[in-house]
Amino acid sequence: MLNPNQKLNPKLFDKDVEQIPIRKGFGEGLLEAGEKNSDIVGLSADLTESTQMHLFKNKFPERFIEVGIAEQNLASVASGLSAMGKIPFISSFAAFSPGRNWEQIRTTICYNNRPVVLIGSHAGFSDGSDGGTHQALEDIALTRVLPRMTVISPCDSIEARKATLAAAESGGVVYIRLLREKTPVITTTDSPFEIGKAQLYYGEEKAKADVGIVATGSLVYKALKVAENLKKENISAKVLNVATIKPLDIDVLVSLAKTCGAIVTVEEHQIACGFGSAVAEVLSQNFPVPMEFIGVKDQFGQSGTPNELLEYYEIGESHILFAVKKVIGRKN
Amino acid sequence: MQNNLTDEKIKFLEEKARDIRVSVIEMLVSAGSGHSAGSLGMADIFTALYFVILKQDPKVPSWPGRDRLILSNGHIVPVMYAAMAHSGYFPVKELLTLRKFGSRLQGHPHRDFLPMLETSSGPLGSGISQTVGMALADRMDRGKSSDRFFYCITGDGELDEGQNWEAMMLAGKEKLGNLIVIVDRNNIQIDGYTEDVMPLEPLAHKFESFGFHTEEIDGHNFEEIIEAVGRAQAVFDGPSIIIAHTIPGKGVSFMERDFKWHGNPPGTEIAGEPPKGEQEKIALKELHSLGGQITSQHE
Repeated sequence: MLNPNQKLNPKLFDKDVEQIPIRKGFGEGLLEAGEKNSDIVGLSADLTESTQMHLFKNKFPERFIEVGIAEQNLASVASGLSAMGKIPFISSFAAFSPGRNWEQIRTTICYNNRPVVLIGSHAGFSDGSDGGTHQALEDIALTRVLPRMTVISPCDSIEARKATLAAAESGGVVYIRLLREKTPVITTTDSPFEIGKAQLYYGEEKAKADVGIVATGSLVYKALKVAENLKKENISAKVLNVATIKPLDIDVLVSLAKTCGAIVTVEEHQIACGFGSAVAEVLSQNFPVPMEFIGVKDQFGQSGTPNELLEYYEIGESHILFAVKKVIGRKN
Repeated sequence: MQNNLTDEKIKFLEEKARDIRVSVIEMLVSAGSGHSAGSLGMADIFTALYFVILKQDPKVPSWPGRDRLILSNGHIVPVMYAAMAHSGYFPVKELLTLRKFGSRLQGHPHRDFLPMLETSSGPLGSGISQTVGMALADRMDRGKSSDRFFYCITGDGELDEGQNWEAMMLAGKEKLGNLIVIVDRNNIQIDGYTEDVMPLEPLAHKFESFGFHTEEIDGHNFEEIIEAVGRAQAVFDGPSIIIAHTIPGKGVSFMERDFKWHGNPPGTEIAGEPPKGEQEKIALKELHSLGGQITSQHE
C-alpha cells in the first residue's frame, strides 16, 4: 500500500488522475525562488517558454539574459555571473545542455567551483514527436560523472517546484532533469522532499517484501501501478522514489536491498552509465542482491508519443512487471 | 590607472618584464614541461597589467572592488604566476614549484589550489564568456557608471573555438563597456602558424563587425599597451578588444617566432635549435643583456 507518511496524491490510482508537465513545476519554483532572492538570475538559449523560464523573465526582465542558440556560451556566462555572487539558472533542452556544452559545464562550472543550476528539459522520451535528436537519453550519465554535481530527477511537477527551490538554496552545482509532456501528479505539497533523500512511496519501511522497485522521474508512477497490481498476485513490492540520483541515498537503498533481496531499477535513460548503474554501484559494494534494469538498451529514440516510445523501448508497466518476476526468480 | 608614463617608469616596467621573463625560463626548466613562447611573448602585457593597469591589492586578493583579469589561454599561466609573484601576491621563490605535485601553481590555473585566481582554465575558448558573465553581473549591481573593468586575455589560435564568437555576439548585444579583451596575436599555435592552421584575418574587421571597439598595438611597447587600455576604458557604450601583436618567445632569440616552442620548455631536443643542455644558459644570458640594452635606450 501507499506509504501514508509520504502524503501522496489520494487520487493517484484513479483513472482521471491529474496530469501536469514536470517542467511547469520548475517555472513556478524559479519564479518563487526569484521573489525570495534577488541574486537569482535566469539565462535562456532561445527556449524560454519551452523550459517555462518565461514566468521568471516576465516578472524579472532585468535579471533575465537571453544568449541565443549558444549553449556553450550559456554555461560559461553563467559561470562568470556565479563568480560575482549571482545564482544563475540556465535552461535548455537536456539534449543541448548538458548535451552540447558538457566541457563548459565540466571546466567553467564544476572544476571552477562556480555554483550554477542547470535545467535540462524535454528529457527522456517526453519530446516524443520531435524524434531521436531531441530525446536526451544520456544526460544522467553526462552529469552524474562530474565531481561537485548534484543530479535531481523529480517525479512530478510538485516535486520539480520543491527541487528548484532547494537547488536555489543549495549553494552548489545542481542539474535538474525535466520532462515536457503532462505526467500524473504523484505527490502533494505536503510530501517530504530533501536533496539527497530517497523516499519510500509504497510498502512499509521495516517490513520484508518480495521485491524493491527503485524508480526516478515520472516512471515512479508506473512503478507504483505495478506494485499495486502485484498485490493481486500475492507479490509484495516496495517502491522507492529516488529524486536525487547524485548523491544517492545509500542508507535507504541498502535497507531496501536487505528487506527485499531483489531490486528492479526504472529510468527513462540509457541503462549504460545511468540511474540503475548508479544504484548498482552502491549495492554491489554494500549489499549485493539480484538486480534487473529497466531503461534504454543502447539505442537512439525516434518519433512517436511518449507512451508509444516507452512501450517500444520496453519501459512500460508490462516490462517492469516482467523484470520483477524475473528478479524474484533469481533470488536464492 | 596612471597614464603619465615617464621614462623612469618605462625603465622600471622593462626591468620588471625582464625579471618576469627570467622567472618564466627558470620555472619551465624546473618543471621540465610547459609553454615557453606565449609566456615570454606576453610578459610585457602582464607587466603592464599587474604594475600599472589593474585596480587590485596583492595584499587583499579577494577585495570585492577589484578589477577582474580572466586568463582564457590557461597554458601561458607561467607568465601570470610570475607577474603575480613579482607584484607581491605570493613569494617569488614559490614559482619554482610550478607543475609539481602539491604545488599551488598547477600546470594550468586551478582555483582550488590558488583561490586568488579569478578562474580555472585550460580548455580554450571559454574565457570571454566568463568575463561577459562577470561584466553583466557588475552592470546589474552597479549600473553603467561602475568603475570596475573586466579584462580577458585570449590567445589568437584559440579564436578558432566557436564559443568565442558566441560570447562576442552577446557582449555586442549587451553593449558591455566594462569589458576589455586583449588578444595575444603571436601568429602561432601548436600545429603551425595561425594563418596556415586556420586563417583568422581580417581579424580586426571580424571584431568590429561583432560590435567591438578595436585597437591594434605593439604588445611589447608599454606606452602603446597602456594608452590602448586607456582608450578602451573610455569607450562607454560597447565592449573593446585590443589586438596585441607580440613576438612569441620574445627575448630569447632561438625561440622567437617559432611555433615549435609553443608547448615546449627550455631543455627540449629540437632539430636546428641549440643543444638542450645549453638552452637555459643562452636564454638567461640573452634576457639579462636585453635588460641592459633597454636601459641604454632610455638613458
